[in-house]
Amino acid sequence: MIGPTLKGQRLVALFLFGCLLFNFPLLSLFAGSGRIWGIPLIYFYVFIAWAMIIGLMALIIEHKDP
Amino acid sequence: MLTGALIVVLSFAYVGLLFAIAYYGDKRADAGRSIIANPYIYTLSLAVYCTSWTFYGSVGRAATSGIGFLPIYLGPTLMAALWWYVLLKMIRISKAHRITSIADFIASRYGKSHLLGGLVTIIAVLGIVPYIALQLKAISASFSTMLQYPNVTTASTAALPVLQDNTFYIAMLLAAFTILFGTRHLDATERHEGLVAAIAFESVVKLVAFIAVGIFVTWGMFDGFADVFSKAAAAPELNALLVQGGAAGNYTTWASLTVLSMLAIILLPRQFHVAVVENVNERHLNKAIWLFPLYLFAINIFVLPIALGGLMYFPAGTVDADTFVLTLPMAEQKTWLALLAFVGGLSAATGMVIVETIALSTMVCNDLVMPILLRWKFLRLTERPDLSGLLLGIRRSAIVVVLVLGYGYFYLAGEAYALVSIGLISFTAVAQFAPAMIGGLFWKGGTRLGALCGLSAGFLVWLYSLLLPSFAKSGWLPITFLTEGIMGFDLLKPQQLFGLDGLDDISHCLFWSMIANVGCYVGFSLWRRPTANEHSQANLFVDVFRHVAPGSGSRFWRGSATVADLQTLLSRFVGPERANESFAAYTRSQGITGIEQVTANAVLVHYVESQIAGAIGSASARDMVASVVVEEPLALDEVMAIIDEASQALAYSRQLEQKSLELEAATNELRGANQRLQELDRLKDDFISTVTHELRTPLTSIRAFSEILGDNPNLDLEQRTKFLGIITRESERLTRLINQVLDLAKIESGAADWHPSEIDMREVLDDAVTALSQIFKEKRIALELQAPAQIPLVMADRDRVTQVVLNLLSNAANFCDKPDSRVTVALVTEASGLRVDIADNGIGISPSDQAVIFEKFRQVSDAAAGKPRGSGLGLAISREIIHHFGGRLWVESTPGRGSKFSFSLPVRSGHFSSIAA
Repeated sequence: MIGPTLKGQRLVALFLFGCLLFNFPLLSLFAGSGRIWGIPLIYFYVFIAWAMIIGLMALIIEHKDP
Repeated sequence: MLTGALIVVLSFAYVGLLFAIAYYGDKRADAGRSIIANPYIYTLSLAVYCTSWTFYGSVGRAATSGIGFLPIYLGPTLMAALWWYVLLKMIRISKAHRITSIADFIASRYGKSHLLGGLVTIIAVLGIVPYIALQLKAISASFSTMLQYPNVTTASTAALPVLQDNTFYIAMLLAAFTILFGTRHLDATERHEGLVAAIAFESVVKLVAFIAVGIFVTWGMFDGFADVFSKAAAAPELNALLVQGGAAGNYTTWASLTVLSMLAIILLPRQFHVAVVENVNERHLNKAIWLFPLYLFAINIFVLPIALGGLMYFPAGTVDADTFVLTLPMAEQKTWLALLAFVGGLSAATGMVIVETIALSTMVCNDLVMPILLRWKFLRLTERPDLSGLLLGIRRSAIVVVLVLGYGYFYLAGEAYALVSIGLISFTAVAQFAPAMIGGLFWKGGTRLGALCGLSAGFLVWLYSLLLPSFAKSGWLPITFLTEGIMGFDLLKPQQLFGLDGLDDISHCLFWSMIANVGCYVGFSLWRRPTANEHSQANLFVDVFRHVAPGSGSRFWRGSATVADLQTLLSRFVGPERANESFAAYTRSQGITGIEQVTANAVLVHYVESQIAGAIGSASARDMVASVVVEEPLALDEVMAIIDEASQALAYSRQLEQKSLELEAATNELRGANQRLQELDRLKDDFISTVTHELRTPLTSIRAFSEILGDNPNLDLEQRTKFLGIITRESERLTRLINQVLDLAKIESGAADWHPSEIDMREVLDDAVTALSQIFKEKRIALELQAPAQIPLVMADRDRVTQVVLNLLSNAANFCDKPDSRVTVALVTEASGLRVDIADNGIGISPSDQAVIFEKFRQVSDAAAGKPRGSGLGLAISREIIHHFGGRLWVESTPGRGSKFSFSLPVRSGHFSSIAA
């Protein structure tokens, strides 16, 4: 279950990807005052990225890999 | 109309329900049918992370900084991805060593140090007290707000005299609950199933309550998300909250809050307790990795709508944003929703307080009080028959003390801060565990001294730059402490340390404390070589996935003890009944039938120590076991030797593997050699039969003609001369054949005599051509020699090479029957040596024959060629000779157009001959 399993490595990669998404400078791209479906850009972006990260986590964990 | 009595009754009823759930959970656990043994309950228990900070405080924070409340939940989401490595390792280690708290973990990692355990406990208690105060403040505020129903005003949370203050009674009620379910009995694993069930239930309640309020605000008071945001955008003072930057705080704050919360999710004592100590099965962690972030996601969706709704609904400044979750339903006269929100807030706060106080009380008892009590010889604790009562007493008192401290902080300093700010002070405190903890998990070089110095340094910076300023802001210290620094030293201003300006107080403290902490941890760890004890613990922790066998820790122990002593010792700490159970379990696990057969070996001693460690902490357990065990201390080199054993075993198995590979290769070689031998044997048989056959042909003709001569004495002279000529030729042929066979046998067996010297190839060719010129003339074959003026010398046996050239030339002569036949001998200088081509325009050799003519006794027996004209050994011998001198002999031929035999010989560089020479 432990060791450099593919699952573990995928999760670490996802962690790094998440760190990138939720930090300067990517965050500043969405700092403007635009709206998507009436929702402020930054709010929309953070929640969509968050949901995506959770979705990927679920995918990695639940994926039946030999 | 809600009366105070109703609210109080409701609160008590809710806590009563918790009692019932916890009781049921414990009963089920005792019956062996756990209700918490699944990943969903595990995830919900992890959600104890969401306290009233989340329930009330997030909205308050969002009301001042937009999405600035989010890093506290993004951090744990990211950290969850690393749980696979970090948390799993912590769980595995804790289960192997019966670790029951984070203080125990760190103490145990650095050589079971009392000092370190005590230090971690003190930091944890001081760091967490504000956090508990936060919960009490939230309960108190929500209570007084509810009491004003339906009027919505910000109730003052200024403390009443203690005995009239509801918060005090709530604190004591929580203490009672925690004592009842958290310290019901002493258990080596320190697990509380009923309690976890209650915590999971609370997590459901707070989520449902918050989402209910969120839905009500978003769709009941507004027309969906878009409506909330567009109305907020219309108000200029709210619009700032909707964009990052400005009011949302800068990116540094954002990043440091993310880091803080990442650390908090694994280092907060209550998170360690639910995630590690209460973990039933480490496989549950899998699902929790994505379910827990999902929970965080769900509880945060409605934070901004509620915050914006509240800001728009109430005139600015009239209502504290921390209470919007409660005050919005109240203002809309939704009595039941308000009550649900109140209960949700209560569950968020109580869940945190209960788990946190249990975790802290375990630490205080095991790592602070017991080590001291056991050291005071005059108490004669080590002689008392049963200490389990005393242990429970200490824990119960610790729970009360922690709650009183929390209440005290709330009473003294609670007013000055919003909920989130108080919580962040605690987060920064527990972040100080990170270097010692995470470093200890992955770096074997970390030592006790390093951990002690790092923790102390980080803690002192935290105390000076965050906790003391919070007292100063509350008026309990002179405010000049903040504005002018200590004793007027400008550089020592606690929140602009060394003149560092432009950071918020949390980032500022995080920066300096981590510099001090990590710097001291690494620096002092590298200062000195680790002791034997530290080294062995470091190995057990860092390589936990390799030391999986139970009792593996006992490898590092050597000594003698008696079974009776150990059993008595265990029963003193966990009670006789549980001690007997433990020993029974031990005998079962060892596969022996009765306790009388147990031997007091290292495995048993380690087992007993780990059982006691569950009750009083690893450091004290070690001391206790040492009191009944005559231990022979291991020297560092011995420990190193034991550790090396593993790597040696690994190396040995690698050697074995290599040996077996070598063996396999040797077998293959042998098999190949055997096949070659069989092949040679077959060839030898073939050879003998061929030779015999070849010898018989001339013998037969010699004998036949001799008989004719003998039987017919009257034969005329002409005939007689002819027959005698045949006999002579056949005899010559026989002699030649026998010579060649002997020659070949000599060459092949390596017994031939070679006389290598530097030879001039042109001379060799000249001689050969001259020798054969008569034969060629007779056969009317033109012979031509082409050689460059200057050629390098080759190292070879002159006679042998001449033999080869003669053989090739006579072959060419034999196969040239056409009227205009010609044979060309060409000498060519190549990069690697000399090449001699002997080309004819005779009948040629078919491709299938080209492949075999160099084999012994293989002759081109073509109809056109007539009967074979040689022994069939010439080419074989030639090839052997050329090979011997490192050259090559080959043939190119087109049937009907002639053949070209070529051989090459390597050149010794620098030696040339020329015509002039």
